[in-house]
Amino acid sequence: MNQNKRFEQFFLQNTPIILFVVVFLVFGLLAPRFFSLQAAETILKQASYIGIVAVGMTFVILTAGIDLSVGSNMYVSAVMAGLVMQDFKAPAWIGLLVCLSVGMLFGAVNAFLITKLKIIPFIATLGTMVAGKGVGLLFSQSIQIPFPKSVLELGSTRLFDVIPLPIIIFAAVVVVAHLVLTMTPLGRQIYAVGNDSEAAKKAGLNVGRVLGTVYVVSGLMAALGGFVSVAQQGVVHPGFGEGYEFNAIAATVLGGTSLFGGVGSVLPGTVLGAVLIQMIQTGLIFTKMDLYLQPLITAAIIFFAVLLDAFRNVQLQKMRRRNIRVEKGMPVGASAGDD
Amino acid sequence: MSDSILTFENIEKSFFGVRVLKDISFSVPRGKVLGLVGENGAGKSTLMNLVGGVVAPDSGHMLLDGKPFAPRTPRHANDAGVGFIHQELNLFTNLSIAENIFIDGFPRLSWLPVLNRARMRSQTRQFLAAVDLEMSPDTLVEKLSPGERQLAEIAKALSFDAKLIIFDEPTTSLTARETDRLFALIERLRSNGATIVYISHILGDVLRLADEIVVLRDGELVGQGPTADFTVGRMIALMVGRDIKQLYPPRTSAPLPDPALEVKGLSQIGIVEKITFALHKGELLGIFGLMGSGRSELARILFGLDTYARGEIWVDGKRQAKSSARHSIDMGMAFVTENRRDEGLLMDISISNNIGLVSLPHYAATTITPLHEAQLNGQINGVVESLKIKASDVGRQAAKTLSGGNQQKTVIGKWLLDQPSVLIIDEPTRGVDVGAKFEIYTIIADLAAAGTGVLFISSELEELMGVCDRILVMSNGEVQATFARAEFDKERILRAAFREHVPS
Repeated sequence: MNQNKRFEQFFLQNTPIILFVVVFLVFGLLAPRFFSLQAAETILKQASYIGIVAVGMTFVILTAGIDLSVGSNMYVSAVMAGLVMQDFKAPAWIGLLVCLSVGMLFGAVNAFLITKLKIIPFIATLGTMVAGKGVGLLFSQSIQIPFPKSVLELGSTRLFDVIPLPIIIFAAVVVVAHLVLTMTPLGRQIYAVGNDSEAAKKAGLNVGRVLGTVYVVSGLMAALGGFVSVAQQGVVHPGFGEGYEFNAIAATVLGGTSLFGGVGSVLPGTVLGAVLIQMIQTGLIFTKMDLYLQPLITAAIIFFAVLLDAFRNVQLQKMRRRNIRVEKGMPVGASAGDD
Repeated sequence: MSDSILTFENIEKSFFGVRVLKDISFSVPRGKVLGLVGENGAGKSTLMNLVGGVVAPDSGHMLLDGKPFAPRTPRHANDAGVGFIHQELNLFTNLSIAENIFIDGFPRLSWLPVLNRARMRSQTRQFLAAVDLEMSPDTLVEKLSPGERQLAEIAKALSFDAKLIIFDEPTTSLTARETDRLFALIERLRSNGATIVYISHILGDVLRLADEIVVLRDGELVGQGPTADFTVGRMIALMVGRDIKQLYPPRTSAPLPDPALEVKGLSQIGIVEKITFALHKGELLGIFGLMGSGRSELARILFGLDTYARGEIWVDGKRQAKSSARHSIDMGMAFVTENRRDEGLLMDISISNNIGLVSLPHYAATTITPLHEAQLNGQINGVVESLKIKASDVGRQAAKTLSGGNQQKTVIGKWLLDQPSVLIIDEPTRGVDVGAKFEIYTIIADLAAAGTGVLFISSELEELMGVCDRILVMSNGEVQATFARAEFDKERILRAAFREHVPS
């Protein structure tokens, strides 16, 4: 195998990280301010809540499922938390507890529809996306719900006066999720179900329980991500959460997780994806790009990344294909395409 | 302890009102290899699925070690010591060998919900040593060859101390060497005290391996006894219920002088080298080669699925202009792939839609005008009839509900709507029972009699010698030799095929 081919293979196997570096450098060259610590902090802080939601989404997509309801879930769980804190003067930790409970309950409804009623995930979560938003609006009466000052202060707290709390929460979520996926029986079973759910059934796994768990995890992560976001903004406005499912799915896929299930990771995968999306959006502001062009450029970069991913899989498969013939001058063993 | 490990007593099972197993009673002797044979649909797999906990019987019961045995899930069967190696292997390609072995019961680090990787590795190493697979426990399954995957699956059965291991058609995707290795392993498992149930269509293997043989036909037990009482002929007679005088239909037509397909100096680096041959109209040309000889790859190139660097392909006197399947079909080529499940059939759509698929453009003026339904359906029904596809409703029944033989006939059927001038057919009888094999040979011979040139690729030399006019032997991506029917000689052909890998 010659130098060129090695390079190509390296490139194809590491597309997410290479894309990440390229985008970073391009924006940095266009707007030198982009390289500052200040910018890095802004990006990470902004990326933290979408990142948390995307971690939950990664669990779901690893089983070859999808959760379209995360945006609505963020809204309804934040509304409930806000109402409890506003109307009953509940302390912040009660608010958080309510928020997470509502999110898990939301996820449990998805799990029930998908595992017990056997509705395909796309339709089940499309339904709960609309219904969930309806429930949220019913309680909020389409009125903005403010979070108490104590929560807002929490949102701008810094650990050791250095690292903002949202980033700490994001990091903690990532570490726990990574350990669960790589080190626990549940994690390996999620990968197994995503690879071949029929085989998983034959191997004696409780496929329903594994699937149910990932939707509850996704619901929990959506609620937590929503709370972290509102803690920075201060209010739950009626449009909160809309379209976030797209960002969460995009972050997961950009990080190299396959929509067909069984392949992908939270660390580095989804973390890179979430930060990449935020980096693009922040970078466009820094370079003073026309406001109306920004969504188009974001979408273009995402499409490009996904296209690259599809191309990459085809190329990698081609490279792995074994050669039949041993050509003259080819060292023995080089023909059986090593990874 | 009794000398039978598993006993069936008056087992009955029906699917959708069709009785699949009728009053089956017999015993599996302990510590022996039991060969289980029968045509597709005879009930072998259903019977073994009962043992494996995949389905439950309607009535009757099973005894395992003298105790009532009624597994409700595959897990129960495993816990009771029954291992089941399915024909389609049950491994997760994205996980490591060790993870696959422990997927339903990972060892943990004391009370923590965390995998005990060290223990998984050391135990897996033991199991892998027992099946002679020299691989790291951390190797991803996707990097294993079909034979190695099979060994990994057997290692998994060893992990829960299976005392009864069922093999369902284990050799369909193995090379000759891997098959030998598997047989040696089965012998070893038996001498260590395990009991084996071996299901296969390759009757010679069953004779060689089994101590005792059970024959099923249409859900009934029609023969049981020690292997010494059986010959291949007797097994076939019992399976089919009549004597099959001939395994192959006689050749009634002769090839015409005009070439249907000419291949000149076809080369692609690492795949094939300087392939040159001509296939005549009405000729049945066999291509024989061992696994990895390049025969299936050649077929893909000829049909335009893969590209080539040098050489020419001529179909019916016209040069193939580009590598594209659509172009090849327009030129009159047809291709029945080796892998009918993944590549040949759309499993969830109806039989008639599958058959009509390739010819759709011919039954409408343009792609967006309505199809001439009546005309198309008439043609499809004609094909179904001539192929004797056994189905209750070809318009509604999904392809996946058919047995292996009938699926294969459906794949062939979709190319029959347009009489092709060249038919490439790759391993058409793999996993197909004796009766259906004869029908498939007849269909192919009829096509040749009508003027189609047939390129028949197979790893079963007997069937090529029984059916073909000429055999072309490939190895290391090259044509090694060509034999005319008069010169057919098993030993000479095999010798040509084994010439590979000897540095010249």
